[in-house]
Amino acid sequence: MRQAVVRRIRTIATLLLAAALVLPVATARAGNADWLPKPARGKGEKCVADTQWMRRNHMTALMHQRDVTVHEGIHTGRFSLERCIECHAVNGADGKPVTIESPKHFCRTCHDYAAVQIDCFDCHASRPDAKAAKIGNAAPERSSKADAAVLAQYLRSLER
Amino acid sequence: MSCRSNSDAGCGSSGACERAAASSEAVDNARRTFLRGAAALTATTLAAGVTLYVFAGEPAAARSPGEKAIAKVRWGLLIDASKCSEGCTACVSACQSENGWRDTGHPTTDARWIRKLTVKDPGNGATFSLPMMCQHCAKPPCVDVCPTGASFRRADGIVLVDKHICIGCRYCMMACPYKARSFIHEPLDDQRPYAPRGKGTVESCTLCVHRIDEGRTPACVEACNEIGGGAMLFGDLNDPSSEISKRVAVYRTTRIRDDLGTDPGVRYMNI
Repeated sequence: MRQAVVRRIRTIATLLLAAALVLPVATARAGNADWLPKPARGKGEKCVADTQWMRRNHMTALMHQRDVTVHEGIHTGRFSLERCIECHAVNGADGKPVTIESPKHFCRTCHDYAAVQIDCFDCHASRPDAKAAKIGNAAPERSSKADAAVLAQYLRSLER
Repeated sequence: MSCRSNSDAGCGSSGACERAAASSEAVDNARRTFLRGAAALTATTLAAGVTLYVFAGEPAAARSPGEKAIAKVRWGLLIDASKCSEGCTACVSACQSENGWRDTGHPTTDARWIRKLTVKDPGNGATFSLPMMCQHCAKPPCVDVCPTGASFRRADGIVLVDKHICIGCRYCMMACPYKARSFIHEPLDDQRPYAPRGKGTVESCTLCVHRIDEGRTPACVEACNEIGGGAMLFGDLNDPSSEISKRVAVYRTTRIRDDLGTDPGVRYMNI
């Protein structure tokens, strides 16, 4: 009898403790999630691919396209880093787009949070070129079924 | 883009130019055609955005955006040293502003994609001047020695470094007989979006590959023709109807260090 009471008290105490630990996190998730990164919206109407898909796969898409661009000279693919940078440029206090040095930079907002180092900008420009009126190849095709198919094939080859 | 620059590129008839300016796409295509060396071109606008091109001679296989670089083309340069004056550095300045490299006061380690050389005959003291850059060899020693495959030759003959896989070993710099490659020692910022460059990788003249892919000529050639002596000619060495092929067929041209069998795509005249 006495043992049963002790067990019941223990169970209640454990539940209370668990609730005390979990509740604040749960409310924070539901309410003001200040600690989540809030990347700035791009200038365009919508991204070149679904936002959720981009969050998970942008690195693979960029990795695939860089090879196509450098080795084959094709500049019209959907996933161009140059175009990411153009569309997602965030202006600083001086009204000019910020570089990767600034924590406000589009890529940094998430990468800082996830603690994933980006090497892209050791070589690539992290903001659009103000001097160049037109950048890249003529008439980029916004979305092409062909490059989506090529990318899908590439992703499958990675899984194998 | 304007019609005037089309005329600069060697447009045969001004009427064709005006019609080609009907849409920017037409201008782009027209430029590609001039580059491919079609001597006489007639462009007729059938409807808005639809342009019919009629070529004199062999139809030029102009590459549309989204198409692979193909081996049918071999891009090359012909440099006439007799038109290259010693004090002129138009090509070097144009390359610097186009690709974003500059002197930082470290002459032994600074990147140099193109440099002006003055060559002197010790026997009689005669001198001449020429620009020296990556020679875009058909058999490039830099590609032979690269341990990672970063140094490669594109299908259309342009020798490039894929900096994504370059480990910065500098073996290619040792192998190049033309001293054309540079290593980046310091961190860089504010690179040109179309010309990525970074610390720890090797780089060299890309023949302005980003311009070629748009159907334009390299920056050095453009500057040489506009403000320099007009010593540089760019074109397709594989296309017999191109201006460069015609001149190579007629005049005695020299490939530097031809004895090494590298078969450079850059040819010189009057050296």
